[in-house]
Amino acid sequence: MKISKEIVREMADISRIKLTSQQENKLQEELQELVGFLEVLNELDTENTQPLTHLFQISSVMREDRIFPSYDRTALLKDTPEHTDETIVVPKTVE
Amino acid sequence: MDITKMTALEIGKAIKSKAFTSVEAVTAFLDKIRETDRELNAYITVCAQEAIQRAKSVQEKINKGETTSPLAGVPVSIKDNICTNAVKTSCASKILGNFTPVYNATVMDKAEEAGLIMLGKLNMDEFAMGSTTETSFYGPVKNPWDISCSPGGSSGGAAAAVAAGEAAIALGSDSDGGIRQPAAHCSVTGFKPTYGAVSRNGLSAYASSFDQIGPIAKDVADCAAMTDIICGKDPLDGTSLDIKHPGYLNSLTDDVRGMRIGFYNECLEDGAGTDVARLIGDASKIFEEMGSTVEEIGLPFLNYVVPVNYIIACAQASSNLSRFDGTKYGFRSKEYNGVNDLYSATRGEGFGDEVKKRIIFGTFVLSSGYYDAFYNKALRVRALIKEQLDEIFSKYDLIICPVTEKSASKLGESLRANSKMYKEDIFTAAANIGGLPALSVPCGLDKRNMPVGMQLIGQRLDDVTVLSAGYAFQQRTVFHKLTAGGDSR
Repeated sequence: MKISKEIVREMADISRIKLTSQQENKLQEELQELVGFLEVLNELDTENTQPLTHLFQISSVMREDRIFPSYDRTALLKDTPEHTDETIVVPKTVE
Repeated sequence: MDITKMTALEIGKAIKSKAFTSVEAVTAFLDKIRETDRELNAYITVCAQEAIQRAKSVQEKINKGETTSPLAGVPVSIKDNICTNAVKTSCASKILGNFTPVYNATVMDKAEEAGLIMLGKLNMDEFAMGSTTETSFYGPVKNPWDISCSPGGSSGGAAAAVAAGEAAIALGSDSDGGIRQPAAHCSVTGFKPTYGAVSRNGLSAYASSFDQIGPIAKDVADCAAMTDIICGKDPLDGTSLDIKHPGYLNSLTDDVRGMRIGFYNECLEDGAGTDVARLIGDASKIFEEMGSTVEEIGLPFLNYVVPVNYIIACAQASSNLSRFDGTKYGFRSKEYNGVNDLYSATRGEGFGDEVKKRIIFGTFVLSSGYYDAFYNKALRVRALIKEQLDEIFSKYDLIICPVTEKSASKLGESLRANSKMYKEDIFTAAANIGGLPALSVPCGLDKRNMPVGMQLIGQRLDDVTVLSAGYAFQQRTVFHKLTAGGDSR
């Protein structure tokens, strides 16, 4: 399978990661090598095998409907790059 | 008496018998860190004053008999992807370089409740992505056995710190070998419990279905004592198991008579691998001497474990790491034009190359058109591997195999060879794919005088067998007592 420059750009874009053109070239090369290395899985016939997503039977659990204190807003906002006294500040999202 | 050479249990016992205080223990390790960590770079953050303060208050509780854990008063060091309240938790990444959590990971709460004292936060591969600790934003960790070598990774800081006497015991995380491989490269003992035995709440998620927190320590007994403290069902982690834990320390036995051991020892690499094979072979003979039956087995899935682990891990990482976007916490790029550009610029500048590669590759394997060929295929092969492992464990109690094909690589060597780096995980990743308990114990030095580790893997939930086998081995051998520089603990 061929990893084109377009695939790299599209995936970087969906991933919201800005790459320099030098990084794009390097990544194209590395992903190409990686995809070749992963081809070994095609040796195995898995047509009749179900995908394994959980090792243990997990049933959905409902948490008890109980009120407990949440984290302190002022403390949480200390980690935020830009904020007012009450909320996180981000650039305008709707024109 | 050199406190930094004692095991965590020995330190705990000495504090209880008033041979020395918790403050003296903490101070001994802080002094050692000051002495050697400028060179080793095992710590990202050291909490000297906080640790001494806490040691004083824990000592009072011990004196009053309010804290009785065998590790009460003992210093513990924590990998920097485990959240610690009010202490920077960077995941060794620029993007979290100024992140200070407002809460403790569940394992931290449990460790504090047991009276352990946090010394500091340990260096690692960025977001645990790597096997050499060279992807850290804070620079590589050096192996105390040879500072031109890597300590392994991703919990390289943890293994190096314990090996160098900069930590009494440490908590690391293991998604593909991240505890066991560095433990092997630094001649310490590392344990990855059964998936779900320990809560992952507060562990910065990399590959959620593989990640597991576990101890790195000077011996198996210390690992068992720490597992006792951190294990258990947690309402904040839906995948933590609601099972009765047996009391791992008290369950240890050196009687392994009749234990059925499947032994795999084919090191496929060039000449250096044969040195590892010889040491693992010698180690397996000790189990025969102790009355276990040891039979050679095949591991038919070996060629597939790294690809399966890599595809699933990257897919999960691409989702888990989407939270780092420059808005809620951590680093934000200074130059951007609009909100989407804020995300892209922040992530482009904030993540290192290895992390970017894995996120982008993870996005690729999940995207429409490639999902079936990669992600779904990997999940199906995961099912096959699990079947094959279950088949082995229907006949054997334990698998013994190498941790890695070679001892520690030179710093700079692995990053230059892309595919070589992933081969580091060939013996370790199966335990994550199957959610199995797995232990790395030192089993000698190779011709380069570098440590080699033996791996013991058990069936899901049979952590006791794995720990007991390791414990029995350490009762009969002194490899785990060797320290860098040639002397013995």
